[in-house]
Amino acid sequence: MTSIGTGYDLANSIFSPDGRNFQVEYAVKAVENGGTSIGIRCKEGVVLAVEKVVASKLLKPGANKRIATVDRHIGVVYSGMVPDGRHFVDRARDEARSWRDTFKTPIPTADLASRMGGYMQAYTLYQSVRPFGITAIVGGFDSELEAPVDGEVGRGPSVGAGGKNPDKKHGGPFLYMIEPSGLYWGYYGAATGKGRQAAKAELEKLDLKGGADMSLLEAVKEAARIIHVAHDDSNDKEFELEMSWISGADGPTKGRHVEVPKEIREEAERLAKELLQDSSDEDNDKSSDKMEE
Amino acid sequence: MDHRPQAWGRPRDDVYGAYDASYLHSNTPKTATQSPVVTGTSVVGLKFADGVVIAADNLASYGSLARFTDVKRLRVFLDSSVVGFGGDVSDMQYLDRHLNELAIDEAYDHLTPDSSASKTASLNAANLYKYLQKLMYARRNDFDPLWNQILVAGLDGAQKPFLGSVDLRGTSFTSPSLATGYGAMLAQPIMRRVAATEEDAARLTREQAVDVVKECMKVLFYRDARSLDRYSIAVVTKDGIELKEDEQLEKQSWAFAERIRGYGTQTV
Repeated sequence: MTSIGTGYDLANSIFSPDGRNFQVEYAVKAVENGGTSIGIRCKEGVVLAVEKVVASKLLKPGANKRIATVDRHIGVVYSGMVPDGRHFVDRARDEARSWRDTFKTPIPTADLASRMGGYMQAYTLYQSVRPFGITAIVGGFDSELEAPVDGEVGRGPSVGAGGKNPDKKHGGPFLYMIEPSGLYWGYYGAATGKGRQAAKAELEKLDLKGGADMSLLEAVKEAARIIHVAHDDSNDKEFELEMSWISGADGPTKGRHVEVPKEIREEAERLAKELLQDSSDEDNDKSSDKMEE
Repeated sequence: MDHRPQAWGRPRDDVYGAYDASYLHSNTPKTATQSPVVTGTSVVGLKFADGVVIAADNLASYGSLARFTDVKRLRVFLDSSVVGFGGDVSDMQYLDRHLNELAIDEAYDHLTPDSSASKTASLNAANLYKYLQKLMYARRNDFDPLWNQILVAGLDGAQKPFLGSVDLRGTSFTSPSLATGYGAMLAQPIMRRVAATEEDAARLTREQAVDVVKECMKVLFYRDARSLDRYSIAVVTKDGIELKEDEQLEKQSWAFAERIRGYGTQTV
């Protein structure tokens, strides 16, 4: 970054002459110091994972969850300032609830991402506020089934509602990442936080958009592995892996956002450590070969 | 010209006369629901050894008119309890949405629905029953009751079968067998034959309980003019909920009707 903002970094709502908002860029710095979080989208659903750095031995293992449920079918994970993330989740829950109040149906993931993107963007506009110190990854599975209206009591007309296209496929898995500027895109795989570079490199190696789609279980294993790869052993020693997933109605979570069951998570973590061990052994072999030469 | 901003864009008083705001103020007192409109009839529930059976027909009546014939009056809460609604259907919809919100709030804190630890920590049927009782009583104290009688079926904190009733006044009680509306007169005696006490109910098998409840639904269809032969039935056990929403009454026999005298246009 160009040394300092030369006075243009003192407030939101003031551009620098070369068209930058320094406060937003500083917020991105806050994100870059946070524990790595990733999201993987595959055909069967979405997996969210976060590297939760253990700040103190006095914290109860497994407590203080970092992944949050927004609505039954949507989960959020974030890197950066945890209190900012908590507020982000609160707001997302309000949005999801008010959507239900208005439309009597669950909020589509795309609409939640749009509203939260707009919310974060509003915090880049005013003197009186600072931008969010988080990048959030929003994962959801919009129901592919005929969605009942909340509170509906009957089946409705037997001839079917008008204007329906029986061939059209509805719903599916969605993954969005929202940055402090309010910018959001949909992703096949998203990574943010400290280890994002390594995590992105690993995500790009996966065939997420190709025809040969990975299963949700594989995605869980990959997520565990990527978090371990992205973890920087030298600086942070201890961390907990937290993972959640969302599948379709016929998948393991029945369309709900829930934590990955303990057995599956531990198995994935064991595999991840094994792979990591193998690759570091190889590295050692290579370097010892070089020494011999 | 009138320079006050609040007068801008309004018809001029000197031309059109002062605005008549009288329609904004009504002289009658504030009123709330005085009687239900679209109604569902009986709900019946019966405990057995390791669960509860609950049933209600699929009819919503508009007065005496059988207006809606595919209405689902059994609602599942958190995959662990079933709530059966008798009475006003719009109030049932309100409660259903309210409970849906509550269930989503529960999901915030319990990310793991499958582990046994979170199952006991989240709202069970006994908690839900107490919650609904408080809600109904608060609404009756506002003189704006939710016009329902509700049965809550599920398991309590100790994973024992639970069956409770709450009505529009907030009156609440539990019993091995319960029925709302006409069912309280017609179905209760049948269920009490097999489950007069908790001990009796604890000896019932699932099949026996289901048979008795189906028998009750049949008797109710025979004698309750606001009922239907299509019904929903749910069985709640530790293993989860089995809900069937489109059942048909079987083995009906209207022979007894021959002997009934005194209703309608009969010549004899």
